[in-house]
Order: sequence, then structure tokens, then C-alpha cells
Amino acid sequence: MRELYTWLCIIITAVAAGAGDVLLAFAMRRMGDLGDLRREHGLRHVIVSVLSSGIFFGGVFCMAIAFFVNLVGLSWGDLSVVGPASAALTFVINALGAKFVLRENVNRRRWLATFFVVCGVLLLSGS
Amino acid sequence: MSHPYFFYAKPPNCELPLLGDAAAVTARKYLVIACIAVFSALGDAFLARGMKLVGVIDVHHLATVLTVLVNPFILIGIGCLFAFMYSYMTALSFADLSYVMPATAISYVVMVLLSMLWLHEHVGMQRWAGVASIVVGVGFVAGGPSRTEGVVPTGQAESSRGCGKR
Repeated sequence: MRELYTWLCIIITAVAAGAGDVLLAFAMRRMGDLGDLRREHGLRHVIVSVLSSGIFFGGVFCMAIAFFVNLVGLSWGDLSVVGPASAALTFVINALGAKFVLRENVNRRRWLATFFVVCGVLLLSGS
Repeated sequence: MSHPYFFYAKPPNCELPLLGDAAAVTARKYLVIACIAVFSALGDAFLARGMKLVGVIDVHHLATVLTVLVNPFILIGIGCLFAFMYSYMTALSFADLSYVMPATAISYVVMVLLSMLWLHEHVGMQRWAGVASIVVGVGFVAGGPSRTEGVVPTGQAESSRGCGKR
């Protein structure tokens, strides 16, 4: 039963983290390079820009859900299982989100990278 | 009628970066990626250490998860995750999500090392194989452009870069 709860936490963490990443990436893309913004307008401008973005807060909200569910998962399972397993699922959700929501050019190189990383985290979590 | 890729200005099957030199990953950007990896792994390790001290959270009393916020390991872990978050947001502002995610997967290598050396978890051959696979994956994405779409009109992008349907 404990293992079932752990995997439930992993799935919820991955879905919430994936949604958070996509929203955050969308918000950051709209703002432009934060490093350039900081150099040109100062840190205060960067903070105000970030904090005035509703999409950013939507992403943070999703990530907060992922964070607390991950905490619960960590109390039930090993870090070396919960961390990589939720990450593997998050990678797949993110790649799909990047392609279909953000419309990034997820080319073969990136799919291969995602594949190897997912294999890696599954090997980590399956041991 | 606007083109479906109007805002992204990238032909659907173009494999080449459209931003040219602007998409090149500089030393500063590698540093941002490295910060993401280190702070992410450290944050998770501190959180795991804290949660081991707190003990198992009862599924019928999930609200007790909030009480862990007074644990120093948890607080340090949260601090590390704030640093991770800032680095991550910076990376997403200059690179694609599909670039940043695999590139920062190197944090799992750091996490395995921390699990072995600090939390004293057993790391067998399979986990080392996982580490090797992640390193290969990171190598694939690290050699490519960080941004693959731009803000120039689609027509200009196609004519200047010579990208057509494959």
C-alpha cells in the first residue's frame, strides 16, 4: 500500500511539475533574457516584471503542488527512487508540452536527449 | 489570415537554429545550467535528509506536512530550491524548455553522488548505468542550439536560412 501511495505521489508530482514548467517557460519567453533585462534596467525591474506576470504565478502554483506532493512522496520512498521516477515522467510531459503547447522545434537531437535521460532516470529508479 | 506559426516565426520542419549567434551557449549560460544542476540536487538531498528525520507522514493527516517547515534541513533545502528556481527562470528566458530540461538532468548524477556519500544509500551497477545514460543524453542536447525559434517573420527566416520541409 505504501508503494502505491509513493507512485501516486510520483504521478501527481510529474503532472503538476510539467504544467508548471510549461507555464513558466511561456512567461519567461515573453519577458526575454533576464540577464539582459537586469543589465539594462536593473534587478528591481526584473523582479517587478516577473511578479506582475499571471502566467508566472500559474506556473508557481503548479510547482507548489508538485513540491508538497513530492515532500509526501519522499517521506514514503527513497530519494533515489522518488526523485528520478517523477523526473522521468516530467521529462516526457515537458517534451510534449514544449512541442505542442510552446511549439518549440523539438528536433531529433532533443528527442534522443530526452530518451537517454528518461532511460537513465528509469534505470536509477528501477534499481 | 495569420500563419499558425506567426508568433514563433519558425517553419514546422526546420531543424536549424534561427537566431544564429544569439543562440550560442556562452560560458555564463553554462554557469546558469550548472547552478540549476547543483542547487536542484542539493535541495532534494536536504529535503530528503529532513524528511527522514521527521518520519512518515500519515495519509489520513496530510496537513501535518506543513509542520516540516520548522525543520532546519527542510529550510536549507527550500533555500537551495529558491536558488534553483532563479537559475531555472534565467535559463528559460534564453533557452527552450526542451533544451533546458535535458541539459539540467545532470543534477541526477549529482543527486546519486549525494545519495551515496551523504545519505549512505546503496548505489549498484544499474544506477551507475542510469548515470551513464543521463550523461549521454545531456551530451546530445548540450552540443545543440539553446533556442530554435525566433521572432523574425517566417518568410525571412526560410529565405535567409534556407530551411524547407524535409
